[in-house]
Amino acid sequence: MSARDRILAKLRRNAPSTATPLPDVGAWFADHRPVETAADKAARFRHFIELAHAEVHPVDADNWLDTLHGVLKARGIDKLLVAEDTAHGDAALDALPPRGIECSVYDMAIEAWKTEMFTATPASLTGARAAIAETGTLILWPDQHEPRLMSLVPPVHVVLLDATKIYNTFFEAMSHEGWKDGLPTNALLISGPSKTADIQQTLAYGAHGPKELIVLMLTAKEDAQ
Amino acid sequence: MLPSVARPTDVYFFATCVVDQFFPTAGIDAITLLERQGIRVHFPEDQTCCGQPAYSSGFPDEARKVAARQLTLFPNDWPIVVPSGSCAGMMKHHYPTLFADDPVRKPLAESLSSRVWELTRFLVDVLAFSPEDCGTDCTVVLHTSCSARREMGVHLSGRQLLGGLRHVTVAQQDHESECCGFGGTFSVKQPEISAAMVEDKVKALKATGAERVVSADCGCLLNILGHAAWQDEQAGRPPSLPGEHIASFLLRRTGGAQ
Amino acid sequence: MSEQTTEHPLHFRPDEAFRARAKAVVDSPFLRQSFRGAMDFLMSKRAAQFPDADELETLRSLGEQIRQYNLSRLPDLLLQLETRLTANGVKVHWAETPDDANAIILGIIQGHGATKMVKGKSMVSEEIELNHAAEAAGIEALESDMGEYIVQLAGEKPSHIIMPAIHKTKEEIARLFAEKVPGVDYTDNVDALIQIGRNVLRRKFLEAEIGLSGVNFAVAETGTLCLVENEGNGRMCTTAPGIHIAITGIEKIVEKLEHVPPLYSLLTRSATGQNISTYFNMISSPRKPGEKDGPEEVHLVLLDNGRSQAYADEQLRKTLQCIRCGACMNHCPVYTRIGGHAYGTTYPGPIGKIISPHMLGLDGTSGLVTASSLCGACGEVCPVKIPIPELLIRLRSEAFAEPPGHAGKPSAMRDQGAGYSPLQAAIWRGWAAVYSTPALYRAVSWLGSRLRALTPRRQGGWTSVRTPLQPAPQRLRDLMKQRH
Repeated sequence: MSARDRILAKLRRNAPSTATPLPDVGAWFADHRPVETAADKAARFRHFIELAHAEVHPVDADNWLDTLHGVLKARGIDKLLVAEDTAHGDAALDALPPRGIECSVYDMAIEAWKTEMFTATPASLTGARAAIAETGTLILWPDQHEPRLMSLVPPVHVVLLDATKIYNTFFEAMSHEGWKDGLPTNALLISGPSKTADIQQTLAYGAHGPKELIVLMLTAKEDAQ
Repeated sequence: MLPSVARPTDVYFFATCVVDQFFPTAGIDAITLLERQGIRVHFPEDQTCCGQPAYSSGFPDEARKVAARQLTLFPNDWPIVVPSGSCAGMMKHHYPTLFADDPVRKPLAESLSSRVWELTRFLVDVLAFSPEDCGTDCTVVLHTSCSARREMGVHLSGRQLLGGLRHVTVAQQDHESECCGFGGTFSVKQPEISAAMVEDKVKALKATGAERVVSADCGCLLNILGHAAWQDEQAGRPPSLPGEHIASFLLRRTGGAQ
Repeated sequence: MSEQTTEHPLHFRPDEAFRARAKAVVDSPFLRQSFRGAMDFLMSKRAAQFPDADELETLRSLGEQIRQYNLSRLPDLLLQLETRLTANGVKVHWAETPDDANAIILGIIQGHGATKMVKGKSMVSEEIELNHAAEAAGIEALESDMGEYIVQLAGEKPSHIIMPAIHKTKEEIARLFAEKVPGVDYTDNVDALIQIGRNVLRRKFLEAEIGLSGVNFAVAETGTLCLVENEGNGRMCTTAPGIHIAITGIEKIVEKLEHVPPLYSLLTRSATGQNISTYFNMISSPRKPGEKDGPEEVHLVLLDNGRSQAYADEQLRKTLQCIRCGACMNHCPVYTRIGGHAYGTTYPGPIGKIISPHMLGLDGTSGLVTASSLCGACGEVCPVKIPIPELLIRLRSEAFAEPPGHAGKPSAMRDQGAGYSPLQAAIWRGWAAVYSTPALYRAVSWLGSRLRALTPRRQGGWTSVRTPLQPAPQRLRDLMKQRH
């Protein structure tokens, strides 16, 4: 008998004869989390992610690259990692190099350039799939175009978020998008820059991941004012 | 939550072994308080102990043996008033489990459990106790036992009773809800940790500047007052933290034994 | 504080010298103050996260129901998890004991000829003493959570399951870094210290061949491993190296993805008073064709180590509801006085007292179960409503019963009766004889009051800091007779 069989046999022998009832998670959220307007959700998202030390810039389709440029220049950053074959990555590739920001792309497996990623990649730009208002959280589903380390290794992470895609809760996001029917290799919730309070409960940012998280909140032009 | 009951004419009084042997005046004062409210108080002579010391020490059979003896002492359908949150908690919450497998005693345990009242809760919820305060201005600090707070949920009753006394100020100690370190046999099995806890508790109580500490649990009082007295002995000073059961304090403030 | 008396840390007896270890902390005003301050901070942070009592209570009930539902279906869910993970390309391993788990992990590492491992925070890896086993096999196992890194650098063990280095001041850490990290001068600036750790560990993330992590929730229906963290080291360990090995206890499983949000919310709010952690990392497979990063191999090691013993008993099974938030220790007046190391177990505090007897046996842990005043603060804050005081009482009865069983009931517990003492048992039998015989009680208590002058002045631990217990001159029943 294998360890697996022995463990399972021991559990089966002693398992309760009937399962306890399946809890109604949806009912709890329906009772405790009222539906909010898009504006309220956007405001709440911003409030909470700013509390977690992220920087938020409202932008529109026409000016977001200007804002991105300003954000990088203000930090003296002249190099940005972007994703090819994404609309925002290609837009940055077109617009930023002429304005003095070198754009590198994640076009090969990490093994070929891991040292460069860790030592010479000061900032990155990724999209967000959606966001969560009640906790100020970005949802990222990294993929082959925008791989996992893009949102982790560079010290400054800039995220472009479509402000119309903000859910009230994590539960609402996963239910509405049917996550249980298919999750990617890696799904991420990100709620601020990397941090730790492991030394005498003193909060410090930039523990292992990005030291700064910058959110460009994309709204339709008339709302962005 | 406890069921609300109509004002009874008669109650049983379960004194607890600690009150019987170490704090008899608290028992007499509690009985007098109840009688002054027009209640007939019955004290079954054969009562001994609720069984909690053995139960919480990991000796359920011994606890059951002692508890079984108490089950038959309360034949009439009267409330059973207990001047201790800890012992009341044992009778209310643990008797039914202790006798869950005993077809004869289970109904008795359940009936008893449903009638148990912690004294301060009984005074507030059933008797709406609010006599005139006839004492002079004074400041007290209230210590609530962990059982009263977390098992019986009666921590507000003591506060309410003291709050009803016009000339009494109730001081608020630091870390009010923290255990005093008594815990029955814990204080003997882990004396170093228990000592640290009671030391901090006495320090917090004294820091309020209150004249005395009152509590509805004599176990905590034995611990707190015993440590305060020990400190005074060590320092060669007169008693610095007097204390008493809340029943004694309430009785004295509201007209005494008469 | 972290001194251990035997060579193999897996087989030492936590309750040996427990009182001495506890006393050492209790006698240090500095440590007392430092633990008190830290616990006060964590308690107030948690309280601020739950301003609405109704929300808290209903959410705790939901958390309890979710954990109980999933435990009631545990064997089925483990199979479902295995099936889903395997279909996703994750290799699943089963370990009954810490030795089995170490053998599996070292086997994977050695099979790849690897020697460098970075570790994300994993209490289960502490439970199996993986670092010892790796070191013995010539494999570098480097902790990368800042607190764990500090503790490892100091040659110690975590003293708290969420904040491993909570027993250390920034000055101690500053001295430690200056002494142990090459090229580092003394600084007690917290930001500077964190940057030192960041720089050291970034190099390690870059070089490591193996990343090891724990798991907070394993989702059976999707075959997903969920990790909760703030620092990003967990993401580093599970993304940068070519091989990721996750290890978890068999109980950390939920059937449905929708079970995760309530538990996750309870976890971060109870643990550190955060409404959410910085990262929630959901891993469902190794790197897929076309993807440019992530490990090529992902392994999951499922560890029993006594959990199936707790599972076998309806009451003790509740121990397995735990989601490892640490709120019970933050609110424990005993933990606050003695810190985590005094317990001598991987999991300290109230949860440690109720889970360790299953992992280590009652022989060696029966003393720990007495180290509680049963104040109930742990049960009051537990986000999944584990009745910790009730379980402590149960474990006391298992520890002190006459071996091999009491009242004819077979026990689910290993080493039942390990704390049995004929004298203690005789005292309680005598006590029960007196208190169950009213006439005898009357006689004994009457004698006590009449002979009160003869009460011993020294009464064991009680009189070390208290005046002796002395019966009143007249009992309540005597005073009653005088009234009527």
